[in-house]
Amino acid sequence: MSGVKQSPAPGSGEVRVWGYLAEFDKVDEFLAAAAVVRDAGYTRWDAHSPFVLHGLDPAMGIKKTILPYIVFLAGLTGAAVGILLQWYTNAFDYPFLISGKPIFSLPANIPVAFEITILFAAISALIGMLALNGLPQLYHPLFRNGSFKRVTDDRFFISIETTDPLFDEHTTREMLETISGREVEVIEEGE
Amino acid sequence: MSANAINPASYLDNTGDDPVFRARLVVGDNDFHSVTNKVCGVVENRQPKIWWVAFAISSSLTLVLLAMIAYLVLTGVGVWGLMIPVAWGYAIVNFVFWVGIGHAGTLISAILFLLRQRWRTSINRFAEGMTIFAVICAGLFPGIHVGRIWVAYWLAPIPNQMSMWPNFRSPLLWDVFAVGTYATVSLLFWYMGMIPDLATLRDRATTKIRFFIYGLLALGWRSSNRHWHRFEFAYLLLASLATPLVLSVHSVVSFDFAVSIMTGWHTTIFPPYFVAGAIFSGFAMVVTLVIPVRKIYGLEEIITARHLDNMAKIMLATGSMVGFAYSTEFFIAWYSGNQYEAFTFMNRAFGPYAWAYWTMVTCNVLVPQVFWIKKFRTKTILLWIASVLINVGMWFERFVIVVSSLSRDYLPTSWGYYRPSIVDVLTFVGSFGLFFTLFLLFVRFLPIVGMAEVKGVMPQAHLDRPGHHGHGDYHGDIHGMEVLS
Repeated sequence: MSGVKQSPAPGSGEVRVWGYLAEFDKVDEFLAAAAVVRDAGYTRWDAHSPFVLHGLDPAMGIKKTILPYIVFLAGLTGAAVGILLQWYTNAFDYPFLISGKPIFSLPANIPVAFEITILFAAISALIGMLALNGLPQLYHPLFRNGSFKRVTDDRFFISIETTDPLFDEHTTREMLETISGREVEVIEEGE
Repeated sequence: MSANAINPASYLDNTGDDPVFRARLVVGDNDFHSVTNKVCGVVENRQPKIWWVAFAISSSLTLVLLAMIAYLVLTGVGVWGLMIPVAWGYAIVNFVFWVGIGHAGTLISAILFLLRQRWRTSINRFAEGMTIFAVICAGLFPGIHVGRIWVAYWLAPIPNQMSMWPNFRSPLLWDVFAVGTYATVSLLFWYMGMIPDLATLRDRATTKIRFFIYGLLALGWRSSNRHWHRFEFAYLLLASLATPLVLSVHSVVSFDFAVSIMTGWHTTIFPPYFVAGAIFSGFAMVVTLVIPVRKIYGLEEIITARHLDNMAKIMLATGSMVGFAYSTEFFIAWYSGNQYEAFTFMNRAFGPYAWAYWTMVTCNVLVPQVFWIKKFRTKTILLWIASVLINVGMWFERFVIVVSSLSRDYLPTSWGYYRPSIVDVLTFVGSFGLFFTLFLLFVRFLPIVGMAEVKGVMPQAHLDRPGHHGHGDYHGDIHGMEVLS
């Protein structure tokens, strides 16, 4: 896979080509194919599978997500909000003196602070995941392809975008057809 | 043995405990596509008659619930059987009952996920749905029991006309935060896990309206592995957050009782005892629901005998914990030397509410012991009956705790006997209507089995090559696939 030409020309004619799509139906062929694309040095490509496939991350060379840090910070924020809320409402704005207990004491304020910590962290986990994934994105060129519909059922796909610096009409197609053993499908951009 | 190998019954039987054979979590002749077909079929095919019958009954009961709530709000809490000394009655009993049921869903989706119990995949979506609907029913009762529900927002720290804030040192307020957070996090967890399956329904949609609605809900999920990577991480994080959360929720619920000075409530055993009871009752409800559903929709090969067997074992374990807690309470009542505490427990077992106490003991302590026998774990009708009895018993547990302690406290002159009014009973029955209505709508419109997760635990999802026994994940052993550093 070494002699890849630098070819920025993305298709021809009035319809712009978004990329190539190769289909697989066996897990191990798919994993091995992902490793081939990774080793060829492509960067703007993706592997699509109906479920989380363990081993695909290393096969694709995906780096660990920053999501945990986001969630951690959101959790800390939640803890601070929880403590400050209770301090402000019960100790500062309108001090409640009940049964001679201290106006502000941490033990009694832990449960609510804990719940708010979890709440903030959990919301950030979902929203952070979606944001990092660029979702919701209701339209994508891949959705124009009929066979891609089976990606949520039982098929595996590898897509390589034309914007990848290594993309070449012929060598990329040749590589994908070699590893998948099938004809590569051309995905067009929308109008 | 060899005769059994070709017997279709044993082909479907995955309940064996022989460690030499890894039990299959999806039995029969299934591949990824057949799993998709079966699960999506529940939503896509015409509903069986029984669905309509069940829906007619449950939605009618929901109307009863709404009528009772309207009557309550227009008249006042006097329509309930509450009196002095029993000023906490059905509302709190039902609240604790429903919130407890929710706990099994989170246990299955979060704790079993962290413990890598892969059998959870077939039932977690289902159980999480049950959690949400149970928490909705639970949240209803504190919402309506405040009497003047138009000022229910006083529960939340929102500036109000009294210029006062809620008291954050009260467990009742902790409850508002615990249950509110629990409902929100359960919903997020449920929805997030469903996104890939909603995308499956979108991709199979045959009508425009289905395509539009499922497409919108799926948020444009395209099964990209770069997305899966973050998805799985988010799932792991949510599971790790939901685990302490679920333990905290029923602990906080138990603080409503334990922080008071009422005999029979003021005990430190309450948090673990409540959590065990919650999981116990929740699994009973999952079993009660899942047995008819898998039968009606032909999902027996996905929600297998082994799943039921495992759930029965969990009920046996948690039921025994609950039984142990009952006896510990009695022991401490005697050992503490506190005459009020001792009286309360003798009163529970032999006083005016002895009928409720012994119903509770029979259903919660004795009934789950049948699960030592394999037949009771695998014969669905026996398992179903036992699970219904456990549901009954767990409702009575809360009734016994709330009512028996309050009805006879320190001062004999203020003793009384609590009887629910017909409004109490119909509201409770109506809450089942709401629960089942929501549940039936869920079965009708959403994927009830997490397809993407089930596919991941099927043998086909793992490397199936000579020398590799088809059970492991990728361990960096394919030539040319060494992990990049």
